[in-house]
Order: sequence, then structure tokens, then C-alpha cells
Amino acid sequence: MTRNARWIWAAVLGLPLLAFACWGIWDNERLFFVTLLNGLTLASLYFIVASGFTLVFGLMRNVNLAHGSLYLLGGYVGYFVAEWSGYYVLALAVGFLAAALVGLVMQVAVFRFMQGEELRQTMVTIGLSIVMADLMLWIVSAQVHQMSAPDWLLGPIRDLPIIRAYSKFRISLLVIGVIIGVLLWLFLNRTRVGMMIRAGVDDRAMLAATGVNVNLVFAITFAIGAGLAGFGGVIGAVELSMVPGEDVRLLLACLIVVIVGGMGSVVGAAIGATILGVAETFGLAYTPTYSVVFTFVILVLVLAFRPRGILGRPA
Amino acid sequence: MNGRKALVGALSIAVAGALSGAAFAQQPPIKIGLLATLEGPFAAGGADGMRGAELALKQKNGMAGGRQIVIIKASSDAKPDVAVNATRKLVEQDKVDIMVGPLSGGEGIAVKEYSKTQPTITFINGSSGAQATTLVDPSPNFFRFNTEGAQWMVGLGKATLAKGYKRAMVIAEDYAFPYSQVQGFMSEYCRLGGKVPVKAWVPLGGKDYSSVIARIPKDVDALVVVLGGADAVNFLNQYEAAGGDKPLVGGSITVSQDILNYKGKRRDSLVGTIAGAPIADAYDAPEFKAFVADYQKNYPVSAGGYPSPSLFALVYYINMKAALDGLDAVNGDLSGGQAKYREALAKMTLKTPVGDVKLDGNRQAIGTTFITEVVKDAQGNLFNKVLSKVDGVDQLLGMKKEDFKIGSRDEPSCP
Repeated sequence: MTRNARWIWAAVLGLPLLAFACWGIWDNERLFFVTLLNGLTLASLYFIVASGFTLVFGLMRNVNLAHGSLYLLGGYVGYFVAEWSGYYVLALAVGFLAAALVGLVMQVAVFRFMQGEELRQTMVTIGLSIVMADLMLWIVSAQVHQMSAPDWLLGPIRDLPIIRAYSKFRISLLVIGVIIGVLLWLFLNRTRVGMMIRAGVDDRAMLAATGVNVNLVFAITFAIGAGLAGFGGVIGAVELSMVPGEDVRLLLACLIVVIVGGMGSVVGAAIGATILGVAETFGLAYTPTYSVVFTFVILVLVLAFRPRGILGRPA
Repeated sequence: MNGRKALVGALSIAVAGALSGAAFAQQPPIKIGLLATLEGPFAAGGADGMRGAELALKQKNGMAGGRQIVIIKASSDAKPDVAVNATRKLVEQDKVDIMVGPLSGGEGIAVKEYSKTQPTITFINGSSGAQATTLVDPSPNFFRFNTEGAQWMVGLGKATLAKGYKRAMVIAEDYAFPYSQVQGFMSEYCRLGGKVPVKAWVPLGGKDYSSVIARIPKDVDALVVVLGGADAVNFLNQYEAAGGDKPLVGGSITVSQDILNYKGKRRDSLVGTIAGAPIADAYDAPEFKAFVADYQKNYPVSAGGYPSPSLFALVYYINMKAALDGLDAVNGDLSGGQAKYREALAKMTLKTPVGDVKLDGNRQAIGTTFITEVVKDAQGNLFNKVLSKVDGVDQLLGMKKEDFKIGSRDEPSCP
């Protein structure tokens, strides 16, 4: 894209958004900033879950449609751990580990035997997601499981400028999202395993040829990706509650995030999650009835003009 | 989702096969299809609805009209197309004789439309409560023995004003059932001088209510929250976390047992919430107490039941009981395209735990509504006590036909 074209696009998309922002602040500044904060915090949850999804896809070309089930699993495990121990941080850790373990088993026991067969892997993940969802329905019942936030995150922060009061837990989502993003970046760019993963994303065959144990790298990546879904699940169990069907909802959100952001790119996932989260919440705040439309308008625009996503690269 | 449904279907066929193999009565068993939501936002309510329906059959020892009854279950997720597909599968593939279901308002309208294409099967509602199901273009073979969403709110407008809430914001899901509930509430509330400056219609299963909470104006006295299942739980939690402290007025399924008992800690903010519903946990009529005791015996809390049956359990129980009582009345005779059976249903005075129910010309129930308030008992359980009770509520809410307007996003309005 030439420099001029970029400017034109920025103007076409940016000016209406800028105009809307000015109107929104003028009309009701509290509503505008609360909604913005809501959007960013929701985006943070989407990012945590979708980053795992995109990591796995980037390296293995495996569209893991059981990712939502891992989210649900992490949420339920976190709920019971928190109930039993009373420690939210422990619940986060165990939720991550439980989902990572299941992800590892899936990779070692199932996907290893169908390496390179992308369609078959995808179909198997659909099957696994159905089995896991029904197993969880059987074990924990269809009751809504709402995990309580820890006492130090319970309730609102009061006396803020403009927005007055805001939920502490939602603010913590933003912090956790940023921390996860930074940790992932450090892991991928500053560690040996991260280097291998990046190399694998670019050229798997070449990575194997240099003598790296590709299976090990795959297993680690899958475990981390799955673990992030579980970690997101524990957070989601507090903010959005856990109930059968959440798996599909989050999977759909993940798919939209990575399609918008670009498959396989963690930064893309951050951009996609931000766009989706902000669009959803602004839609709900300003045009509640038609909020769903915005999500799909974004999807249509991205697919029309950047079919590989904003930061996507050819496979 | 389709895959999951297919799996449930395959399982239920297997179960049905096993059951029908075991039964060796002279006449073949009568098959009743039972549809409720075991997935999606009303998953918990759907499970309790199934319990209610099964309880009605258990009380008759699995027999009605001298014949063995076999229940074939199917699940939907509160989406109309999913409900129709599940019903279609039960009717066309499993060849059920009678259908009981579905659970949710939009589903009910869709299944009613489908029932017109299957004139030889009798359809009885599950717990869906949209006005339009029986009010607009009714189907001759669709029966509803429960009162619907608008009927459930009769008396609540008055009770809200009596609490001193003169201005209220409505927060409701954007589909047929909440339209009915809001219409039932507002037609009375507006007539008596209440004001509703803002209505927020949110998507069913929307989960994140922070945007709606941000829009709540400062100058309203109360929030009328018509959300069900997981949506209600999420809203209540997020509202509390955001520092909200306005009193609540609940829709019929906002303070049902499935919400009062959700797994989590923070429920005390619900104490004092008034609501309108076809059920009140603390109703002291002997029939209702017997029903509650029977539910508690069959589905103790340790086995996944609630301390007291939810709205869904009661309403599914009522409709399943109607299906079975009808079979008793005709001695299991379903011949002639079930004509006799339907006539018996239409004329029946159904004995329910909350009083007698009769059907009107559109095969819609005329029955009792309770105005309730959430209180906490000594063990810390939340339950609904009865504030008042209105008998014989009909679908036009006592209005004249020309004055009555069916609920929608914009109707009624009194900003």
C-alpha cells in the first residue's frame, strides 16, 4: 500500500470514528469513558483466550475448535479450586495447569497421529469439543456457576474523576491482559523455546531439518495455548459466569478475533480483541438493539479489504 | 451445536428403544416428546423443567389412560430454529404422539407455527410465555396450560408504585417473552401514573452488561429487570460490582429458584426484590405444599434439585399433568387424529398446585398470578413470599379487546 492510500484509508475510517467520539464525549462524557473502559476490559479477556488459539494455529496450522471447551474446563476447575481453597490466585494457576494438561494430552495422544492433515485435525477438535461439553454438563450440571471475586477485588472503586465508580475486578482484567501480553512477548522473543516457535511459524520443515525436536515444541505450544484458554476461563467464571454454551460463545469470539487480527499473530490477536471488545460494548451502549451488527460489519470489512486479517501473512 | 444435538438425539433413541423393548403391555406405549433447554442461557431452568415434567409422570407411576407412557427427551438452546429442529426430530423421526415443550418464548412461537404442519399430533406448551403464541394466529393443535409472561406480571405495577418507585428503567432481553412481561408490567404501571423513561433491550445470552449499567440514569427510583437464567446472574453481579444500589423489580424468571440458588456467594442484594410470577415458593395452599414436598423427595438438593421447585419445574409439571390427565379422560384413545383427546383437553378444568386452570377459546390458560418478595430464611436460603395473589387472570389482562395491544419493543410507552 502506498503512503497516500494509507492516509486515505485512515481518513475514511478514522474521521467518522473521531466524529463519533467527539459527539459521545459532548453528549455524555461519563457514558463514553465507562463504555471505553468496559470495551478494553472485555478485550483483555478476549485477548487472553484468543492469544492461545492463534499461537497454536500459527505453529501447527491446527484450528483447535475445542479451544472453547478448554475455556469452560478452566473456568469450572477454577471455580471448584476457589471454593475449596478460597484463593483466587491459586484458582488461576490450577485453571491454567488443568487446561494445559488436557491440551498436552490432546496433542500427544491425538494430534501427533494426524500431523499435517489439517482438515482431519479440525474435524477431530469438533468431536472433542462435543464430548468435553457433554462430559462437563454431566459432571457439573447445567447450573450457572458464578465464581466470587476475591475480597480485595470485590466491589467498585469509588470517587474516580468523570466515571465516578468502576468495578475493581474489571480493572484487574486490564492489568492481567497487559501482563499476559508482555509475558507472551518476552517468551516468544527472548527465550530459546520462543525462538523455536517463531521459527516453526515461519517454516516448520526447516526447523525440523536443523535438528530441533519439533514434537516437543508442538507439545509445549499446545499446552501453553490450552493453558491460556483455561486461565481466561477462570477470569470469565468471575466476570461472565460459567454455564454450558459459554464454550461456543468464546470460540466464536476467538475466531472473530483471529480472523480480524490475522491468524497466527499474537499482536494481531491483541488488535483483533481490542476492536471486537470495543465495538461490542459501544454497540450495546449506544444502539443496544443492533449491537450484534457491528461485530459482523467489522468482519465483513476486514475480509473484504484484508482477507488475511490486519496482521496476517500468507501461510 | 448441531453435532451436539445429534448426539443427544442418538442417546434418546437408544433409551427409547430400551424402554419400549421392556414394555410388554397389550397396547403399545404412548410416546411423549419432551423438549427443554439443556444448553445456553436457560440450561439450569431447562433441567428443572425436565424434572417437573418427569415428576408428573412419576406421580402416575408411568401410566396414563391405562397405557404405558414413554418420554423421549430432546434439548434446544433457547433459539427458535434449534427448538423447531428438535421438535421436528421428535415428531418425524421418533414418531411421538404428543409433544410437550418448548421452554422459551421465541421458541414457543416457532413450535406453534410448526404444529400447524402436523395436524395429527397434539402439542402442549412447556414453559414458553410469549403472548403471541396463542394470541396471534393460534394453532388448533397447540395448547398452553400455563399463563404467559404478561399474565404473570398482573398486579406488579401496583405493587411497584406502592413501594414508592415512581420512575423505573426497564432492562430486558430482546425477544418475545420479555416483550410480554414488560407489556404486562407497563400497561398497569403506566395506567396508574408510573413513568418508564428508558428501556434497554439486550441480546439474549449477552453476558456483558457493563454497557447497559453505564446507561442507567441517575433519576430513576428502581430497575425493572426482566432477564432470565445466566443473564440475570451476570447482570446482578456486574451491577453490584459497578457500585449500583438501586432497588430491583424482577420479571417472573429473574427471581426464580434457579437464580436464587446459583452457585456463588453474592445473592443478598436480591432481598426485598418484588416480582410477579405464576409461582411463589412460600405459597401455603395444601396442594402446593404437597407438590413441593414431592419435588423435594424425588429431587433432593444432593441430587441436583433446588431447595424448592423453580418456575420451570412447576410450569412443565402443569403442562405434562394436563397431557396425562387428558389421556386419562379419554382412556388413552388417540384415534381419529387425536380429535377426542383434544376435545377433552380443551374442556378440562386442570387441577394444579396453584389452583384450577381453564383454557380460553385460543387454548390458552386462565389462571393465578402471585406478587412476591424475596426474603431470607433462617438457613440463609432465599425464597419468595407471597405479597398478594390474583385469580382468574386472562390473556387480555382484563382489558377490552380493542384496548389491548400486544407487547413489543415500543409498546407500551410512558417516558
